[in-house]
Amino acid sequence: MNEAQQAMQPPRASSTLMMIVLNGIAMLAGFLVVMTSQLTAPRIAENQRIAIEQAVSKVIPGATRHREFHLGKDGLRSEPGADTTTIYAGYDDQDHLLGVAARAAAQGYADMIYLLYGYDPTCQCIRGIKVLKFAETPGLGDKITHDAAFQSNFDALDARLAPDGQGLAHAIAKVKHGTKQHDWEIDAISGATISSTAVGKALNQSAQALLPQLLPHLQELRATEKRP
Amino acid sequence: MSKPTIELRATPHIHAPHDVVKIMRNVVFASLPMAAWSIWSYGLSALLLMLAVVASCLLTERLFNRHNNTLGDWSTSITGILLFLTLPPGFPAWMGMLAGFIAIGMGKVMFGGLGMNVFNPALIGRAFVQAAFPVAITTWIPAFFEGRFTRLIPSTLTPPFTIPPETAAWSQQVAVDAFTGATPLAVQKFDHVAAPALHLLTGTTAGSLGEGSALIILACGLYLALRRILDWRIPLAVMAGTWPSAELFHWIDPGVYPDGLFMLLSGGLMPGAWFMATDMVGSPVTPRGVVIYGLLIGIVTVVIRLFGGLTEGVMYAILLGNAATPPDR
Amino acid sequence: MTRKTDTQITWKTFSEGLWANNPVFVMLLGMCPTLAVTNSAINALAMGLATTFVLLASGLLVSLLARYIPKQVRIATYIVIIATFVTMIDYIIQAISLDLYNALGAFIQLIVVNCIILGRAEAYASKHRPAKAVLNALGMGAGFTLALLCLGLVREILGSGSVFGVDLFGPAFQPWVIMTLPPGGFLVLGAWLLLFDWFRLRRQQKETVTGGQSDVA
Repeated sequence: MNEAQQAMQPPRASSTLMMIVLNGIAMLAGFLVVMTSQLTAPRIAENQRIAIEQAVSKVIPGATRHREFHLGKDGLRSEPGADTTTIYAGYDDQDHLLGVAARAAAQGYADMIYLLYGYDPTCQCIRGIKVLKFAETPGLGDKITHDAAFQSNFDALDARLAPDGQGLAHAIAKVKHGTKQHDWEIDAISGATISSTAVGKALNQSAQALLPQLLPHLQELRATEKRP
Repeated sequence: MSKPTIELRATPHIHAPHDVVKIMRNVVFASLPMAAWSIWSYGLSALLLMLAVVASCLLTERLFNRHNNTLGDWSTSITGILLFLTLPPGFPAWMGMLAGFIAIGMGKVMFGGLGMNVFNPALIGRAFVQAAFPVAITTWIPAFFEGRFTRLIPSTLTPPFTIPPETAAWSQQVAVDAFTGATPLAVQKFDHVAAPALHLLTGTTAGSLGEGSALIILACGLYLALRRILDWRIPLAVMAGTWPSAELFHWIDPGVYPDGLFMLLSGGLMPGAWFMATDMVGSPVTPRGVVIYGLLIGIVTVVIRLFGGLTEGVMYAILLGNAATPPDR
Repeated sequence: MTRKTDTQITWKTFSEGLWANNPVFVMLLGMCPTLAVTNSAINALAMGLATTFVLLASGLLVSLLARYIPKQVRIATYIVIIATFVTMIDYIIQAISLDLYNALGAFIQLIVVNCIILGRAEAYASKHRPAKAVLNALGMGAGFTLALLCLGLVREILGSGSVFGVDLFGPAFQPWVIMTLPPGGFLVLGAWLLLFDWFRLRRQQKETVTGGQSDVA
């Protein structure tokens, strides 16, 4: 810095003053943020609970309440861990386990497609999906969220485990529009092939990994029915 | 104000007494056979759509350019006809008129009018409606359908700002032979079945109005090249970029990737290479620049077609080529 | 600095942000939220109001504290103040509606880097009394909200055929998908800028013709 520049500088404040001011401002900021966080936390938690409940009741038909679990290699936990997958067990009014909902994701046409799907252990099938987040082209790819024919693929999508219990008996896959023959196939939307493929891929990846891990612990989910 | 002139590229024929009107008139003549073929294939609807698009282009030019008389130099009409040729046959007339307005208003006038446009105006219009109406722009109609000179395609006269009616069932009904409703490129991409080259040459496949017959496009393009109105290096360079890169992927996995000939003849590559990429303003002036520009368009087209989400990539490849060309003024 | 002079509050204190120095249409500041979240009117309004809140609160605090803040650390201080209010509005929007929060995405947090806010804190709030700073911030916020609404309304009407989610034209309407996609933001912003410049030029022309004082910069 040359002298001319130095001369233009305002008189230098002492560093003590700077520290006092910065600390004071930071404390004020901390106070305001914590106060807002405290005040809004109950409302935010409630909003999130409602959002999950709506999604779970859509993918597990008939479910009126749900409980959150975290599935890891060593079984079910109530607290999330580093290698756990969050699942939502859905129950009816009599506390019977109706199904298990989990998240799945795959690359779509524009961006990742995130969805929630419901697995029904009685029919060993997927009973519904709900697209949580997507950016597909309006008019084409966004049909995956509301196209009735496409959604009907998931009334009872076969997700039986293979005899060895290591994966699905039949990989879930999308087929060309109008050529669905088996219960584990997804009839693609005409004109939205890429988005349909992504949904199939997401379900297949997630179900292949999750179901073999989940099924040994189904009894534990049922056992919670007894709890108040 | 002096008469507008166009600088020719550094060809050996710089003495040829070309001016804008003469050049543009020739381009119109050359594109008329293509337009006529599309009307022969799709009947009244195509004629109506062409009139709507060209009229919209002329009106827009008149609206924004009241002081200079640029209507008489054919350049606006040629934009309209080229734009028309990129649209699908059953495209609603109101959407065509919107495309014409955008092509002239945004693609040409906004950059300063004739000779100042950075991008090919017709492709700007097409790109806009492609993004705005993704369903209508990918709805195909069978060529040579029954009664095409006595009745219109149901979607042509859609009232402005409304959704065009579903034409899939209607298409099956009037189609002369089995009509899949998918373009050869889409069939190839999703089902890995390439249409035979003969069908592509004679135009008996689904597609945009100007994509019909590769033979006619080739003839019209050659006429312009012989009249020295388009630079023959550009279409050749585009093809030289397309064919080897397509063949390379075909060689890697013939089951998935189509061969070079299919790539050349299908979709909008032929009309794009001969009529869109050769736009005098958007293309480079030096011989070496022209070759790089053409190769770039060809390779980008192949990459978009094979690996992109869309089935056709010529439009974006040419716009990209335009963008990479430094303004020559 | 200018603290001694220029103390009266005039209509211009407020209207500056609305018209003469509109943050979007004249200063071209804060383009990131302007282009990104104006795909519907409600998103535009929410973003505008959130930004107004941050402008207002940070303007007030900066104006109150300006004389105690050493010059050398003023930018750091302003950023801390602005970030505080952004975090607060982030929580508040989550509490109001999760859907809205998801629609606005990361752009709520990004208000902190919106140049309008730091710009106003440095150029105006720190040099004026709290009352003036608040009024000016209100004007700037209103101008920003108005501009965002201009974009949001056009994009929602053309792109979805509705206004604030209320269907306008019935099921037959063909939406212009491009308007709700990112290119629509650029196109509509460009169209508005064109319109504003056209008006400005016409007014200037009229002034020069009538021999009036033209304030061409």
